[in-house]
Amino acid sequence: MSGSYGNEGEQSYLSRKGFLTWALTLDHKRIGLMYLGAVLFFFLIGGIMALLVRTELLTAEGDLFSGDNYNKIYTLHGAIMVFVFIIPSVPAALGNFLLPLMLGAKDVAFPRLNLASWYIYLLGSAFLIFSVLAGSIDTGWTFYTPYSIGPSDNGNAIIAATLGVFILGFSSILTGVNFISTIHKMRAPGMKWMDMPLMIWALYATSVIQVLATPVLAITLLLLVFERLLGFGIFNPALGGDPVLYQHFFWFYSHPAVYIMILPGFGIVSELLTVHSRKRIFGYKAIAFSSVAIAVIGFLVWGHHMFVSGQSELSSTIFSGITFAVAIPTAIKVFGWVATLYKGSIRFTTPMLYGLYFIFTFTIGGLTGLPLATLASDVHLHDTYYVVAHFHYVMMGGLVIAFIGGLHHWWPKMTGRMYNIKLAAFASVLVFIGFNLTFFSQFFLGSQGMPRRYHAYDRVSESLQGTYKFWHQMSTSGSYILAIGLFITLGYLLASLRKGGTRSPHNPWGGVSMEWLTATPPIEHNFEGQPVCTHGPYEFPEIDKSAQDKH
Amino acid sequence: MSSHDHAHPEYVQHHFHTAAEQRAASKFGMWAFIAQEILFFAGLFMAYAAFRFFYPETFVAAHEHLSWKMGGVNTIVLITSSLTMALAVRAAQTGNQKQLSIQLLLTIVFACCFLVVKYFEYSAKVHHCLLPGDYYGLPLKDDAGNFKLDAIGNRIFSDHCDIPKSGQMDAKSAGIFFGVYFIMTGMHGLHVLVGIGLLAWIWLRARKGHFHPKYFSPVEYVGLYWHLVDLIWIFLFPLLYLVK
Repeated sequence: MSGSYGNEGEQSYLSRKGFLTWALTLDHKRIGLMYLGAVLFFFLIGGIMALLVRTELLTAEGDLFSGDNYNKIYTLHGAIMVFVFIIPSVPAALGNFLLPLMLGAKDVAFPRLNLASWYIYLLGSAFLIFSVLAGSIDTGWTFYTPYSIGPSDNGNAIIAATLGVFILGFSSILTGVNFISTIHKMRAPGMKWMDMPLMIWALYATSVIQVLATPVLAITLLLLVFERLLGFGIFNPALGGDPVLYQHFFWFYSHPAVYIMILPGFGIVSELLTVHSRKRIFGYKAIAFSSVAIAVIGFLVWGHHMFVSGQSELSSTIFSGITFAVAIPTAIKVFGWVATLYKGSIRFTTPMLYGLYFIFTFTIGGLTGLPLATLASDVHLHDTYYVVAHFHYVMMGGLVIAFIGGLHHWWPKMTGRMYNIKLAAFASVLVFIGFNLTFFSQFFLGSQGMPRRYHAYDRVSESLQGTYKFWHQMSTSGSYILAIGLFITLGYLLASLRKGGTRSPHNPWGGVSMEWLTATPPIEHNFEGQPVCTHGPYEFPEIDKSAQDKH
Repeated sequence: MSSHDHAHPEYVQHHFHTAAEQRAASKFGMWAFIAQEILFFAGLFMAYAAFRFFYPETFVAAHEHLSWKMGGVNTIVLITSSLTMALAVRAAQTGNQKQLSIQLLLTIVFACCFLVVKYFEYSAKVHHCLLPGDYYGLPLKDDAGNFKLDAIGNRIFSDHCDIPKSGQMDAKSAGIFFGVYFIMTGMHGLHVLVGIGLLAWIWLRARKGHFHPKYFSPVEYVGLYWHLVDLIWIFLFPLLYLVK
């Protein structure tokens, strides 16, 4: 690719100072950084909630919290992690920063809309925070009826939280619209669809889901608010309504939302594994199209959340079958990544370590989904810790691990600074061990029948109580190790920003996709002049092209 | 524009290279936005289908109490407004400023007519207590705020609520029908209201001469939005008012 490095002339996008230069900025890079700050803040809050939950479960008795308070804490953990951390983490934070750079564009298609979605996100988050002050919700993050419409002393909190998620949805939709237009219409000259980095393909599939699924959640939550405020009756069996209809509506969004959460992770990992093993991705097209396939199939599997909700056996069987189909494109990706590593010049940098962890943890997360998609075994495993372990292996072991890896990969690009490499590698090992200890234990808990969302387990037989206690204590110790690893990570990332922190070289990893063609950190208009795409995103100089030349 | 071909005309934002690129990107974004609107209403149509399947008798009985005449008038009003909207876009394309202004104003007038008719429709429903859920028949409450019940455990409707009192419809499912009716038409009405705001904004900009044959995207996109609002009504009207 040609294009200038922009070291002279224009200044870094970070150079202008002052609150208003941030608050009113239309620069996608600055908006991405603001999102990054916010999602990391909420990750911290949600993480503290998780530690409280784990600490309560150290003992069989409910001694730290009352049952009601425990309900509120895990609900808050789930709602914060899903709606204000994971969903915006990669698309809105990293994606906003990277998407135009990777495409060789000056900005996203609608910069003002981009800033608007940032403020809409803040407004929605404010509603969520207000719901905590108004007594906090205890319905679980899914707001299931009848919990959310029954008589309750925290009705205002439920309304505030649902409206908050409703508003957050708009932020998500607008980001999706923005990305889709940008990818379709603003690629650099010479960049065909098959020249795009796989990160862009993943963000594209994510955006399509954001645009097509989120509005259904919006109308669902609006109906729920009407139900609570005015007694419309639509989800209330006492008035002739149908609570299972709520579940259908909710999961029609929230299952595709699972792919909003994991697809961007696939994109990041495709970048990490190629750049740090100096090889072309194995099966570019297969990985690109499997993202789209997952997005499409993801719309047709929501019923697998309702196998025990009184859904007809025929529907359950069909949903089960389609759910298994998701495994095919997912496996294509995993095989593609592993084949990419084969005979690569692997460098064990911190981003690469996270990429490798991802293959391990995400594969466990994916494979443990199969027993849940199987009707017979799901009856046993439904609503147990097995489910908790499974989705944490996908959400945290998948997306969050990829997100942290991506953060380490692009941190120099975003800030111009390099973090302490040794400390980073050490912390990543803690995160990996802590994560697996926390959640692998829960597979044992769940298959032994420990239900989710219980704050005490002292009413079971003595021997079973001993088993539960053992695995819960393993899990809790793991969560502390994980927390220490993440705090160290936060520490050295912040330390790299201090005055006199190590400056990153211009292209520390030797990446060849377009974001590495401009200055580090990038200049305000991204590129000096218009970059032109002349080769694919993974054509590393080390790749031996002599075999091709003979033809 | 000017003799500098590479310079940006004032209507092209800095991050686009050409007017054509801006137009392509913004139009694509508008269509993506319309796709999400359709999915938003799809949720409501799904709720309609589910409850129609659960309570077919009530849905047939209750729809008799919707005024197909008022609904019909509103259908004609909206379709006509779509025509004037299309003419407005055409006027913007050909640079006919006077026509653009007139047609936009006409569209706003039709949109307001729609809401006025809607107001009379809603008043009639409120008058007969044909209201959603807990409000159907405005049931009486005791001092503690609980619903009063008659000898066989049914709610007692207010005296002036003639239709609920007649008992020709099952009260619970009729409450659901009117819930669905008010949410669907209400959400559509809200979109009409937003449409009026957008049309007024476009009209003000048109009066300042912002649009010309090289730049008329906002007119076109508000037009797309307005046709969508019209189209949703075309589905709402028969499903709620006409289908037996």
